Amino acid sequence: MAKKENSTITWDTFSEGLWHDNPVFVMLLGMCPVLAVTNSAINALAMGLATTFVLLASGTLISLLRHSIPKQVRIATYIVIIATFVTIVDYTIQAISLDLYNALGAFIQLIVVNCMILGRAEAYASRNRPVKAVVNALGMGIGFTFALLCLGVVREILGAGSLFGFDLFGPRFEPWVVMVLPAGGFLVLGAWLLLFEWLKQRKERTELEPAAETR
Amino acid sequence: MSTPEAEVIKPATPAGPMIRTLMGIAMLSGFLVVLTYQLTKPMIEENQRRAIEAAVFQVIPGAVARKDFVINETGIVAVTPENPAKGLLVYAGYDSEGQLKGIAAKAAAQGYADMIYLLYGYDPVCQCIRGIKVLKLAETPGLGDKIITDPNFVANFDALETHLADDGKALANEIVTVKHGTKQHPWEIDAISGATISSKAVGKALNQSAQHLLPGLAPHLKKMMEERFIKVEAEVTND
Repeated sequence: MAKKENSTITWDTFSEGLWHDNPVFVMLLGMCPVLAVTNSAINALAMGLATTFVLLASGTLISLLRHSIPKQVRIATYIVIIATFVTIVDYTIQAISLDLYNALGAFIQLIVVNCMILGRAEAYASRNRPVKAVVNALGMGIGFTFALLCLGVVREILGAGSLFGFDLFGPRFEPWVVMVLPAGGFLVLGAWLLLFEWLKQRKERTELEPAAETR
Repeated sequence: MSTPEAEVIKPATPAGPMIRTLMGIAMLSGFLVVLTYQLTKPMIEENQRRAIEAAVFQVIPGAVARKDFVINETGIVAVTPENPAKGLLVYAGYDSEGQLKGIAAKAAAQGYADMIYLLYGYDPVCQCIRGIKVLKLAETPGLGDKIITDPNFVANFDALETHLADDGKALANEIVTVKHGTKQHPWEIDAISGATISSKAVGKALNQSAQHLLPGLAPHLKKMMEERFIKVEAEVTND
């Protein structure tokens, strides 16, 4: 490749996906599983971990093969690689727990079309060496899992009165059913986005104020 | 993006490397998928076996051992993974003394969101359904999924009457789901208020399956009840 790769790994390589470029709260990628399978914390965690594995494995392989994949067939190649690892995850989850597999339904197979994974393959793994791609993919995966958990925890507590299946409020709790329905996914996502945007703006303001005072 | 000169200089990728890359990736992909399939196959089969067994023991109270049969035109045939046969699959549940406690079979009907798949247990002594287990559903959480959790609804299946008619060709009374609070007969299912469609789907599934299964099963029941089956082998180990 003619373009020189910047191979230094910094904290930002990892933390990019956690906060600054969080795939869900900042980039709004992969909304399909974010809204569909976050009706309980355990589903959110399982989907997050499955996506992280696919992200890591596909990122590593794509990064290793980046010099030998011709530009014209790169997207087809990436999709085949991603689909392979998704199938591996699919069989593995079936082998671990059928209940979990049934709860996640078609969304495991649909990880193939999660645009975050293809986006990372195209924008990062294909342009960086494997170690750096792995570190970045791990950050992105943890950031995605964190975001899914943020939604899953809130929706399960409000919509079912439990957390990771443990009853929190006793039998007198009347669940807020809409929270585990698709509409609840949008409501909770909206609330989280609002919170993150508010935090971001507050941080920007506090950074600007001292600068203005010194003038 | 690029100047006309750059376009001239840049060589086009020949077809060879492209085909080689795609073929190589496809082969690697095939290898990994088949490898995972082979490695996880025994575990997935074991999980499925356990799931079915747990469901069978749940719908046939007192059952501790299970034997699979199929009912077809030749009669009722015992099946094993090594000795499969075509026909309507039923699971017979036996207690610790080897006595037949009941027969479990699958049923399905269209619910509110998607198909509802059930397993139900038939008790040949009381000629009634002793329990149901939802195998798969996609009903609205908090409403349709009450068919699993609502104790009053589940109580419908403590002894849901399924007597055969005198000619033995159909049930004496169709299993029907009735409006909540209006159940009068032991063959009626008291619906959940607010989840009528899901409740009706359960009734429809049970009625369809029982109308089909029980007349075919009846001639063989006496023989099946005389035979004893005690599970001798220890817990099946993974190989």
